[in-house]
Amino acid sequence: MTTEAEISTLTIDGVRSAITNRQTTATALVHDFYTRIRREDPGIGAFLTLSEERAFAQAERIDKLADAGEPLPPLGGVPVGIKDVMVTRGVRTTAGSKILDNFIPPYDCTAVARMEAAGAVVLGKLNCDEFAMGSSTENSAYKPVRNPRDKSRVPGGSSGGSAAAVAANMAIATLGSDTGGSIRQPASFCGVVGLKPTYGRVSRNGLIAFASSLDHIGPFAKTVKEAALVLRTIAGRDPMDSTSADLSVPDYVAELDKPVKGLKVGVAKEYFGAGLDPEVQTSVEAAIQKLAALGCEVVPVSLPHTEYAIPTYYIVATAEASSNLARYDGVRYGFRARGARTLSDMYRKTRDGGFGIEVKRRIMLGTYALSAGYYDAYYLKAQKVRSLLTRDFDEAFRKVDVIATPTSPTPAFKLGEKVNDPLAMYLADIYTVTANLAGIPGISVPCGETHNKLPIGLQLFGRHFDEATLLRAAHAYEQAR
Amino acid sequence: MKVDEKDVSYVADLANLELSDEERARMLRDLNSILGYIEHLNELDTDNVAPMAQVSDRYGVDEILQGTDRFAYASREDILNGLRKSLPHDEALQNAPETDETFLIVPKVIER
Repeated sequence: MTTEAEISTLTIDGVRSAITNRQTTATALVHDFYTRIRREDPGIGAFLTLSEERAFAQAERIDKLADAGEPLPPLGGVPVGIKDVMVTRGVRTTAGSKILDNFIPPYDCTAVARMEAAGAVVLGKLNCDEFAMGSSTENSAYKPVRNPRDKSRVPGGSSGGSAAAVAANMAIATLGSDTGGSIRQPASFCGVVGLKPTYGRVSRNGLIAFASSLDHIGPFAKTVKEAALVLRTIAGRDPMDSTSADLSVPDYVAELDKPVKGLKVGVAKEYFGAGLDPEVQTSVEAAIQKLAALGCEVVPVSLPHTEYAIPTYYIVATAEASSNLARYDGVRYGFRARGARTLSDMYRKTRDGGFGIEVKRRIMLGTYALSAGYYDAYYLKAQKVRSLLTRDFDEAFRKVDVIATPTSPTPAFKLGEKVNDPLAMYLADIYTVTANLAGIPGISVPCGETHNKLPIGLQLFGRHFDEATLLRAAHAYEQAR
Repeated sequence: MKVDEKDVSYVADLANLELSDEERARMLRDLNSILGYIEHLNELDTDNVAPMAQVSDRYGVDEILQGTDRFAYASREDILNGLRKSLPHDEALQNAPETDETFLIVPKVIER
């Protein structure tokens, strides 16, 4: 038995050594985590499906290795959770939508398969906004997720279940997806570390598509080191995703302790403007001062097109979504409405009954932006502004190695606060969407609390495929804090 | 107002959505509000800016590789069984709402 206090301080390396040294077994640990989930999760709502059979089978494999005195793989016996937008063979996968309520995937997402090959134990599938569309996890068709730090507040989104599970010690690390901030913003709301890698660093094979040119898979963990360990596990070329880059994967963990002295940290005034909560601002500015105290050089940079990022994002993302979600037609998988007389009647009734209001809103906006007569004015225009936003970062990264910003303009807001105002909800992503449009890596690291104990996140951006420097800066800050 | 009721019907039609009266009213309001915000993009002169569809158009490969060779890794030989074997017939049909165990069954196909 692992005590409550022990569960809350467990790390990836701690689990591995405890199993190796026979202080516990992977199977006992899985039992303890399920006990905790059964007790805590009804008040939080992080899990949609528990994959007990699969978890215990994996734990048994790890225990056999330990019994035989074999070295455990890097994530050997580590209990993890997977956002329910990544398909898992034989384990229900819903994307938070009723349209996939009964969907049992016939194959595994590459990132999940790599986690399991590295010894991780998948406890279950984590709640999220329907098709990852949202910033609060209130758009889940099943149940909202509550922030473990204050249950009257949202955990952020769309990977709210993945952030909450780590924050509430119901998994040691989790995978989420980030299309406009869906890993970093909930990480900041729940007080954990969340990393969005470079576009192409992690295969998207088996990730249920929302917006293919913006979708990323990445880790949540309590520490930067553990996030680095998970990234090392899931990163690298996968022939099943032609956009996954053919570049070698550095040993991110080994790079963490290299000195940060002399590293140039950019600060852009565009990320400290109107709408930024004063407590968030104070906390993030103090974090930047801490980096300076560690020997980093703080350099002002300009990202002049930042104010155009949200409108650009909501055209590109919804246009791609309207196309990606055309596949939900009630023919090959998922929900089908009854009683339709013709095929087209069946399509409409199925999609009407299967999708929630936010998904319909985004399909409508995206279809409109792509429709004849509006394509140039909206979609093409947004693609051009995307180039300008990316150039901003190219320019800035000639001068600096990382850029420091707040992750979110506010701490976690109340459930229901923004649910009827889509535009206000979209603005929750104002500091995160730029990294998706440009494809650069970004991480959120806890950097303080508000007067009412709500976590605040420091966001760092890095150059394309330079997660090593990004993680090193984040780790140095975390250690010094 | 950028969008009127007729546009909402037209777009819903393209997207294979039916939408209730209440949803139509909501879409009308929300689309106009969001598109109004998106109007800000017109403040920018983008006449000489190339559109960017994909991050991997620009990054993700060694810079010494030029032109079409840069993405040689992204294509592969056309092999008979692909990278992953095709699903067995029964597995491919297991999630379908209606089948006769050989084919997917759908309602009559009639142009509306």
